[in-house]
Amino acid sequence: MDLKLLDVGPTDEEREAIDTRLGPPASGWDGGERVAQRDAHVAFGGHAARARRNELLPALHAVQSRVGWISEGAFNYICARLDVPPAEAWGVATFYALLATTPRPKRVLHVCDDICCRTRGARAVLEALEQKHGAAHPRALGDGRLELSDDDVMWLPSPCLGMCDEAPAALLTVAGREPIERLVGGLTADRALAMLEAKDDAENVSRIPLPQRGQPGLRLLKRIGVVDPTSLDAYRASDGYQGLRRAFELGREGVIREVLDSKLLGRGGAAFPAGRKWDAVARQPERPHYLICNADESEPGTFKDRVLMEGDPFAVVEAMTIAAYATGCEQGFVYIRGEYPLAIERVQNAIDDARARGFLGDRILGQPFRFDIEVRKGAGAYICGEETAVFNSIEGFRGEPRNKPPFPVQVGLFGKPTVINNVETLANVPFIMLEGGPAFAKIGTEQSTGSKLFCLCGSVVKPGVYEVTFGATLRDLLAQAGGVTPGHTAQCILLGGAAGLFIRPDELDIPLTFEGARAAKATLGSGVIMVFDETADMGDVLRRVAAFFRDESCGQCVPCRVGTVRQEEALHRLAVNKPRGSVADELALLDEIGLAMKDASICGLGQTAYSAVESAVKRCGIFDGRRAR
Amino acid sequence: MTHLVEIARPKRTVELTIDGQTVRVPEGTTILDACKTLGTNIPTLCYLETLHPVNVCRVCVVEVQNARVLVPACSRTVEPDMVVSTDSERVRHSRKMVLEFLASSVDLSTTPDVDGWLASYDCKPERYGPPAPDEAAGERDALPTGHHAPPNAEYAATVGQPVKVDNDLYVRDYGKCILCYKCVEGCGTDYQNTFAIAVAGRGFDARISTEFAVELPKSACVYCGNCIAVCPTGALMFKSEFDRREAGTWDESKQTQVSTICPYCGVGCTLELHVQDNEIVRVTSPLDHDITRGNLCIKGRFGWRFVQNRGPRPMGGGNGQAGGSAPRGGEAGGAGGNGAGDGHG
Ligand SMILES: Cc1cc2nc3c(=O)[nH]c(=O)nc-3n(C[C@H](O)[C@H](O)[C@H](O)COP(=O)(O)O)c2cc1C
Ligand code: SF4
Ligand code: SF4
Ligand code: SF4
Ligand code: FES
Ligand code: FES
Repeated sequence: MDLKLLDVGPTDEEREAIDTRLGPPASGWDGGERVAQRDAHVAFGGHAARARRNELLPALHAVQSRVGWISEGAFNYICARLDVPPAEAWGVATFYALLATTPRPKRVLHVCDDICCRTRGARAVLEALEQKHGAAHPRALGDGRLELSDDDVMWLPSPCLGMCDEAPAALLTVAGREPIERLVGGLTADRALAMLEAKDDAENVSRIPLPQRGQPGLRLLKRIGVVDPTSLDAYRASDGYQGLRRAFELGREGVIREVLDSKLLGRGGAAFPAGRKWDAVARQPERPHYLICNADESEPGTFKDRVLMEGDPFAVVEAMTIAAYATGCEQGFVYIRGEYPLAIERVQNAIDDARARGFLGDRILGQPFRFDIEVRKGAGAYICGEETAVFNSIEGFRGEPRNKPPFPVQVGLFGKPTVINNVETLANVPFIMLEGGPAFAKIGTEQSTGSKLFCLCGSVVKPGVYEVTFGATLRDLLAQAGGVTPGHTAQCILLGGAAGLFIRPDELDIPLTFEGARAAKATLGSGVIMVFDETADMGDVLRRVAAFFRDESCGQCVPCRVGTVRQEEALHRLAVNKPRGSVADELALLDEIGLAMKDASICGLGQTAYSAVESAVKRCGIFDGRRAR
Repeated sequence: MTHLVEIARPKRTVELTIDGQTVRVPEGTTILDACKTLGTNIPTLCYLETLHPVNVCRVCVVEVQNARVLVPACSRTVEPDMVVSTDSERVRHSRKMVLEFLASSVDLSTTPDVDGWLASYDCKPERYGPPAPDEAAGERDALPTGHHAPPNAEYAATVGQPVKVDNDLYVRDYGKCILCYKCVEGCGTDYQNTFAIAVAGRGFDARISTEFAVELPKSACVYCGNCIAVCPTGALMFKSEFDRREAGTWDESKQTQVSTICPYCGVGCTLELHVQDNEIVRVTSPLDHDITRGNLCIKGRFGWRFVQNRGPRPMGGGNGQAGGSAPRGGEAGGAGGNGAGDGHG
């Protein structure tokens, strides 16, 4: 492609960061040094360069984590290297919240102000930061100023960081040759200030809060906090890779038969039968097939996939290998949200070790089967967890959901048949191999088989990830977690995440099964159970939910792009007690907005953006008894 | 397919029901086209027959029996025994809201047909509050992704911003942009393959932009104007039209259209010259023209200033026979960076 680039080059630091990811340039044509004799006869571009488009996001990440922001020069160099038109690359770079395209200090503290943290102490942290370091507007610093001093620091509010069980939470990023990325919980104002002011770099310790740690009967959680997550040997000593061996005995079709028989339903939110997806991909004559493990986990209140990846990363790798074997994939990707540095590190380590020991790569366990996995790091976009948005994000395009049909099993990543499953869905697979599909199907209820992870947080005694066999009620689970914080009473409970809904404290008998939730007009969603006690300002919580959807909408379709704004505005007017007309008028307007978002949006984000709000209003009656001034 | 004869047969037909009427259309037809065969009108904004459907505006949604959500008529293809309602209560509600959402956040004053739709769907865009004041120039281009200022209880947020006038050929008034993606498609893979513009940002802050929001002359734009040709809102507009509208002298009732063939090269693109007060004010090409499909290059689109140089004004130099031999340069030169040469021959 004949690119027209702005006339600025990268700094040495930027060039080094990019070349480290992309390898050195081949010639003057793709941004290297010009050697007249050679370059006059070399053609660059065409298919070979464009085939690397999927390196765009990793290259942008490389600069971001090295320098702290992406300058014009760095940007131009990336475009030249990958033969990507700069306007398109700009569209990609500006799609992600963790990438900065204006000057930004190297040290940034992203402080969660989302619904769990803000009701669990985040406000005091945010106020302390604001008092000492000014308002957190990303444009407040660096505006027009290209020279940042090394002492400059910056803090930003962040959507849920998947650490709600240790709320309040923050992510520290320090750009540099050896970048620091730390996800910390239990944040205090003092700690936040110390981290921001470079007095405390924190550690990426996984203090996995696992109230059930080591209990008998655990399946998905059995190794977590017990078996060393960085050791392949330890994994193998605790039944690791037995599932894969069994899979090879069963053969490809046998594996799919077992998964179909297990009646395993997807744990990513949509509850689609995993076996049917695998079967559909396995049957596609079109090659290659791709496998994606969806670890974007950005649904507010969800942290189970983080716990699985941090605590049992080899299980994810083994499960993916089984899935790939059954469905005929040679290449897999784990798409992990960028806010999960430790999960990324552990999964990468597991992949490297597995490859070094013959569990990935050519002829796995001596079988005529080749498979490898690449970690792809998200960059701050909830929408990139939507299955078709993941494809676009990996391919180097904006993370906008695609049209369905065609479905991923037909036309997925790089236009090829693709299996995409949630981390937890996959984590069940080794068990299905070992105990057999029919036996697995006997666990739980008729329609919800196996066990399920739930993320308990908010006003409960022992927040954390819990594994329960399908069939338990919400009451049972809350009891396991020690119940509501003593001295408080539950006001409402968010079930399933921001895309789920609020229920009343008198609805605790809802069975935690897919069918039970459905019958109760609720959803398990991604397994979120967030308890709000009487101290929570629910009007403020709803406003934050609405702000989340407004920030995370990809902006493609009108009902969601504008509807999420109008919804937030109406909730804001209610919160500040300035309704247009009466409160009832505002609620009626919200209902109209919500219905259109649900009915006419392209993807699940817009379709569920009103769900939590609607339930809080209609089911929990949080605005009942309120009148306009 | 067991019979050889089937190979030669035309496409299979699909029978479906639209608003209670049975229709048969070839397989692969969109619901929108199936509706057209019945004379059923469906509003569209992001759809254009010459572009790949992106189905983002959602004003064309219809209800399909047993489908969980409404479907876009412009891109969804018919299936056997589909039962479609184009005017059910759900459909009317979503269309009304989509139109209200747009009318309350975007300046639709130069979007054709929209006033009629707003009336027929009983839209009240003012119920979201008075529109917020326009952002200052460049503000929307610099919005940080994933963060936004808290809403204002007095105003409804809009995309209002000053017009971008950075070249002599066309203006970009993104306060009128509904983000239909048509210009991006026209500039990109659908036609021009120049990729000068793309969607940047996310959510309500999404906008059409060049890299770093640089001015067009610094971008890859080659001023083919194919984006203007597909823009349904007047957000992209010939400078000649924009100036007349500003001066209050734009008057479509006084305009005539003259068809001609572009004189510049051998491709033979049909030009429609839109003439007002004896001056060319805009140039288009018919969407159904085999050669252009509505697209032109900078010369056909903008290189006609020389025509206006005839008449009473005497021409200097040796090329005085206006409209005769192929001119060099022309108005296009005024665009700066990528235009043809400067000035007239
Ligand atoms: C806005 C949005 C965000 C999503 N985020 C995730 C996610 O982070 N992880 C996930 O597994 N599924 C997510 N999903 C669901 C996926 O689209 C998809 O259904 C899932 O990955 C399929 O895997 P499963 O069948 O194993 O559940 C999301 C869906 C939507 C609409
Ligand atoms: S519903 Fe929202 S997130 Fe989904 S495609 Fe539409 S604008 Fe994007
Ligand atoms: S004038 Fe042509 S090149 Fe320029 S932005 Fe429009 S379509 Fe692209
Ligand atoms: S500028 Fe015009 S064509 Fe482009 S997205 Fe906006 S409204 Fe559509
Ligand atoms: S980590 Fe703050 S709400 Fe989840
Ligand atoms: S015209 Fe169909 S979605 Fe825009």
